Amino acid sequence: MAQILAASPTCQMRVPKHSSSSVITNKLWSSVVLKQKKQSSNKLRGFRVFALQSDNSTVNRVETLLNLDTKPYSDRIIAEYIWIGGSGIDLRSKSRTIEKPVEDPSELPKWNYDGSSTGQAPGEDSEVILYPQAIFRDPFRGGNNILVICDTWTPAGEPIPTNKRARAAEIFSNKKVTGEVPWFGIEQEYTLLQQNVKWPLGWPVGAFPGPQGPYYCGVGADKIWGRDISDAHYKACLYAGINISGTNGEVMPGQWEFQVGPSVGIDAGDHVWCARYLLERITEQAGVVLTLDPKPIEGDWNGAGCHTNYSTKSMREEGGFEVIKKAILNLSLRHKEHISAYGEGNERRLTGKHETASIDQFSWGVANRGCSIRVGRDTEAKGKGYLEDRRPASNMDPYIVTSLLAETTLLWEPTLEAEALAAQKLSLNV
Amino acid sequence: MSALADLINLDLSDSTDQIIAEYIWIGGSGLDMRSKARTLSGPVKDPSELPKWNYDGSSTGQAPGDDSEVILYPQAIFKDPFRRGNNILVMCDAYTPAGEPIPTNKRHAAAKIFSDPNVVAEVTWYGIEQEYTLLQKDIKWPVGWPVGGFPGPQGPYYCGVGADKAFGRDIVDSHYKACLYAGINVSGTNGEVMPGQWEFQVGPTVGIAAADQVWVARYILERITELAGVVLSLDPKPIPGDWNGAGAHTNYSTKSMREDGGYEVIKKAIEKLGLRHKEHIAAYGEGNERRLTGKHETADINTFLWGVANRGASIRVGRDTEKDGKGYFEDRRPASNMDPYTVTSMIAESTILWKP
Repeated sequence: MAQILAASPTCQMRVPKHSSSSVITNKLWSSVVLKQKKQSSNKLRGFRVFALQSDNSTVNRVETLLNLDTKPYSDRIIAEYIWIGGSGIDLRSKSRTIEKPVEDPSELPKWNYDGSSTGQAPGEDSEVILYPQAIFRDPFRGGNNILVICDTWTPAGEPIPTNKRARAAEIFSNKKVTGEVPWFGIEQEYTLLQQNVKWPLGWPVGAFPGPQGPYYCGVGADKIWGRDISDAHYKACLYAGINISGTNGEVMPGQWEFQVGPSVGIDAGDHVWCARYLLERITEQAGVVLTLDPKPIEGDWNGAGCHTNYSTKSMREEGGFEVIKKAILNLSLRHKEHISAYGEGNERRLTGKHETASIDQFSWGVANRGCSIRVGRDTEAKGKGYLEDRRPASNMDPYIVTSLLAETTLLWEPTLEAEALAAQKLSLNV
Repeated sequence: MSALADLINLDLSDSTDQIIAEYIWIGGSGLDMRSKARTLSGPVKDPSELPKWNYDGSSTGQAPGDDSEVILYPQAIFKDPFRRGNNILVMCDAYTPAGEPIPTNKRHAAAKIFSDPNVVAEVTWYGIEQEYTLLQKDIKWPVGWPVGGFPGPQGPYYCGVGADKAFGRDIVDSHYKACLYAGINVSGTNGEVMPGQWEFQVGPTVGIAAADQVWVARYILERITELAGVVLSLDPKPIPGDWNGAGAHTNYSTKSMREDGGYEVIKKAIEKLGLRHKEHIAAYGEGNERRLTGKHETADINTFLWGVANRGASIRVGRDTEKDGKGYFEDRRPASNMDPYTVTSMIAESTILWKP
């Protein structure tokens, strides 16, 4: 069976021959070229436009334009402003020309967009304002062009309801939190689906692959599907300046994971959202559909999570293990609040099976993947380190999850009785 | 095949001073663009250095067969993003041999308005938001739409990202860089509400240059879609029903509007436009009545309505402008197939020269 990198027609992703040899801005990413077979035009279902090689074998010049280095002709750069839409998980973006390269988000102008087209404002008062918050290099356009992560505000200067970054930023600037230098390592799982049929990549249409077992970190055409997307995404993130720390194939075939971190405070959320944007741009080019649904296939198939690794300065220092246990205690007393903020549809995923803890039960353990919170053997052995919150779903909002972890463990205090009861229940001698 | 690529990309500057100039003009329908190329002996900086030329007007519906020559006057130069080097694109307008603008030449009258001293003094700025739809070749159904069927309803596509939401981004991105290279003042792009529909903006540009740039940007877009095997449509309502149309919203300001107290000048200007609503609508693009229905973020074609931040109005004033007491306004009425020479000059005429 031919290796399936993406949905039919068979495609190759190749780097165009004339890559720029600029030393300073190593363009690690170029546009993806979809090489279509001549007779495939009858079989095209969803017509996708890429840099096509036309039928009569003449040269493709769209690619040249996409890769055009405008630096010798103009100082102007293109800034792609990115924001989160009305569902809280859909990403939107549009681009504008900026007169010259910038270093800091404060140098970029605020902008606005039509909130009535994204479910974020009524038609007769439709302007929503974009505040630039973080800059990354644009791996698709190269040069000095940038991606800008923004959050969304009313013209009066209030965060709109779907803007979760504003509250997170407040928490992360609280002195008690900054003093503890919170680190986050976020493991984003995701599933790739064939376009039009919405069935996972590599799965036979109308049927199932063999049961889980061979796929986790697997290699081979019968075990791994979509590696080009994962690898392209890895380099694109490194180029962009995202703190990506690794990738791996996941337990369910067609499912992957990348990790971002360790990042401090609000950066974690910004980096994860930008990484998600890059992933969706790459899948768009590859003709594959990205899903962050926490349980894409019902039954004996793993769900997709977004495990969040967390530590504070105190946890990383001598005696940190005690601080970790106290943090777990706090988290156990706010289980319901966290769960309700950890992603829509999580109840389909957190069943107690498939390496999850049941959604109603809070549990913790060393090296135990069936728990809500897992502490690594390293951390236990050294007496310091970090904890892994395994509850968040793949569609969680990292601004919410990271700031809630900081809030519950650093700013919130349970009553003494509640604390004592919980300590007993969890066998935590704190 | 690689030999052909080598030839197309041949850099002539090592072997000759000669350059290639692609003369571009607007054809008989008022919307179709035409072009042909000629060799010049050396690089040029200014349109005045370029020779007038002529073409067969009987082949474009612009002249009778027995007296077919139409003269091309070069008006604006841009760098050629396809041929690169010192090669150029030349935006022209069309005249009879006797020196009269032919009937489809809308630039000539616009240039007159833009050279009126009252208009010159007001330094008219234009920001034009050109929307357009990409269609699959041969079947004329939008790109990304299943043939014989429809995609899911509007909602996820505006500024969307992902293979199930954005169709044709390579065209948009290559067009953006090509225009920057050419010297067109393109200020941004975005995916539009209807899937397969996109927008780019040109501006702020002063006077007649705004329209020259929009036409050349349209030309470059059509060259790119030609390369990509996709059909460009500037129809204002390509798919009837619950699908957005395509417009060319025109943002406008004068010196007085941009200065303190400008908001009052803006309100007066909008009033004057209201008194000439019918004249403007007649000049704002064929088929606009299919688009301006009062739904899908438009105002009904027979109604003149203005409002702050109101996308269902004929004229929208931004919140910034209201707050600062000065700025610009957006005329949302023009259709995607409007002629920018006509629209920009008419707005200047109605707001600066016309007395009710």
